[in-house]
Amino acid sequence: MGYPHKPHPNETVVLSEHFGDAEARSYDGWVQRGGYEALKKALAMEPPAVIDEVKAAGLRGRGGAGFPAGVKWDFMPKKKTQPHYLCCNADESEPGTFKDREIMRWTPHGLIEGCLIAAHAIRAETVYIYIRGEFTEAIAIMERALAEAYDRGALGKRVMGSEVAIDMYVHRGAGAYICGEETALMNSIEGKRGNPRIRPPFPAAVGVFSKPTTINNVETLASVPHILNRGAAWYKSLCLSNPKSTGTKLMSVCGHIAKPGNYEVTMGFPMKDLIYDLCGGMQPGRTLKAVIPGGSSVPVLNREEAEGCVLDYEGCVEKGTMLGSGGMIVFDDSADMVYQMMRIAKFYAHESCAQCTQCREGTGWTVRILQKILAGEGALQDLDLLLDIGEQMTGKTICVLSDSCAAPVGSAIRKFRGEFEAYINGARRPVAVAV
Amino acid sequence: MMHEATAYEPVFTGERRAELDRVLQRYPTKQAGLLPALWMIQEQRGWISEEAMVEVAEVLGLTPAYVEGVVTFYTMYHRHPVGKHFIQVCTTTPCNLCGAEGVVEALLERTGCRELGATSPDGRFTVVEVECLGACGFATPLLINDDFIENVTPETVPELLKGYQ
Repeated sequence: MGYPHKPHPNETVVLSEHFGDAEARSYDGWVQRGGYEALKKALAMEPPAVIDEVKAAGLRGRGGAGFPAGVKWDFMPKKKTQPHYLCCNADESEPGTFKDREIMRWTPHGLIEGCLIAAHAIRAETVYIYIRGEFTEAIAIMERALAEAYDRGALGKRVMGSEVAIDMYVHRGAGAYICGEETALMNSIEGKRGNPRIRPPFPAAVGVFSKPTTINNVETLASVPHILNRGAAWYKSLCLSNPKSTGTKLMSVCGHIAKPGNYEVTMGFPMKDLIYDLCGGMQPGRTLKAVIPGGSSVPVLNREEAEGCVLDYEGCVEKGTMLGSGGMIVFDDSADMVYQMMRIAKFYAHESCAQCTQCREGTGWTVRILQKILAGEGALQDLDLLLDIGEQMTGKTICVLSDSCAAPVGSAIRKFRGEFEAYINGARRPVAVAV
Repeated sequence: MMHEATAYEPVFTGERRAELDRVLQRYPTKQAGLLPALWMIQEQRGWISEEAMVEVAEVLGLTPAYVEGVVTFYTMYHRHPVGKHFIQVCTTTPCNLCGAEGVVEALLERTGCRELGATSPDGRFTVVEVECLGACGFATPLLINDDFIENVTPETVPELLKGYQ
């Protein structure tokens, strides 16, 4: 559901508290809601103390990888000898994910505050908020909020009257999923094609403009002021299952579901409750077939696995998939898994930057083999061929775009093999697909 | 009769040059101003011509070939003129599950565009299919010029297009 709407009683409303409240968008509105207090607190602390607080809270990257944010910040050089940069990854493009957009649309100052605290912690004087080019509304809102923050002294030479100087700018993307990959994002800021870079060196050593850089997702950074305000212990207590997964997570739910939208839940929340309780279950007369829980890049879960899955990093791994960005794509019994996997593979084939052979060729082959199967011209060995290609596409390339295509397709073949075989043996009517 | 080639009118003069110079202050290199500069060209001219690539290359100290390499990487930069209203419709998996194909059909029919990527004979519309617009819970989203529109269905297309004459 779009905002404004009342949260479900079983949501844990932290990041989304002011979603739908247009007054929270202004500087004054944000301050009236307690905004910028966490920044003042952080500025009074030494950078290592801020990092320790975030480490103690257990905050992990919300963009997909789940790497501990405080540990990432700690990779930055201890002794500052050259400019440091913070990049906020707002290139939200993972199919099924639409949470960062809401954070920017409704609480732009919350994100600015989080960026300022992080910049202080890693001693960066410049922050780039990289927003995908299509998010016209979010870009306009963030630009307005940044101008206001400069006017009010929250940004610039003396942040909040302190000795700390931080500049912050929006950098608009121009249509490329791959720029959400952190090294591609840095290249895109530098005015280059968005090709991912080989690591090492890691961004904390050689990042944007070859300087030490930290890249964090919007949701990660927006969580930081809450940790400073309410303490690491409070944040850590937001945990229903594994203590390694703490805080809240904005789950974007879409596809075949009664009430699609963003839902903020405590880490460890049961997927079953999210689907049937918060989201109102399936559309009338339909039953659940499958869920891709972490954006389209992760293995698909069948109904049984999905209903038993706990929404945190470990809970998803236990079911053979990943929490990823928290973009849940729900498929009901009317979904054609073969067609949908072809559509997912088409996405990756379109978005491949084409640097690595396994990805450039593998994504295209996957699409064409699936189209052949859909057209009724497939053979049983094509399924083994797809799995074999998928294996060659996994763990062998500069970034994980290639793996992201292989994971859903391979898991669907293993879990819904009957649907693929039905096209091959003629039990299912061919689907004409434009090649 | 011979047609005289229209002289290329530079984009980065006067106030626009000053605006670009302000943007360049944000970055330690001139090269980093390329994406913002390309956006400025597209806002002014509606698309990015070869002449414009040559101009921006000169302004930023790059080669035209390098600029073209960047322009062709990003899908939102137009390398040819498009209709007055440029419509991007999402058809990626979540939207596909929710009937995006019907929205595409309705858009093509109502705009008179013969196929995806083509401009309508009256020059008013170009419809393109794009990958995930990042609004999957509000399927099907469209981007018409800079307007982000959610929850579009085949039924709402005719009324919606009335706002884009």
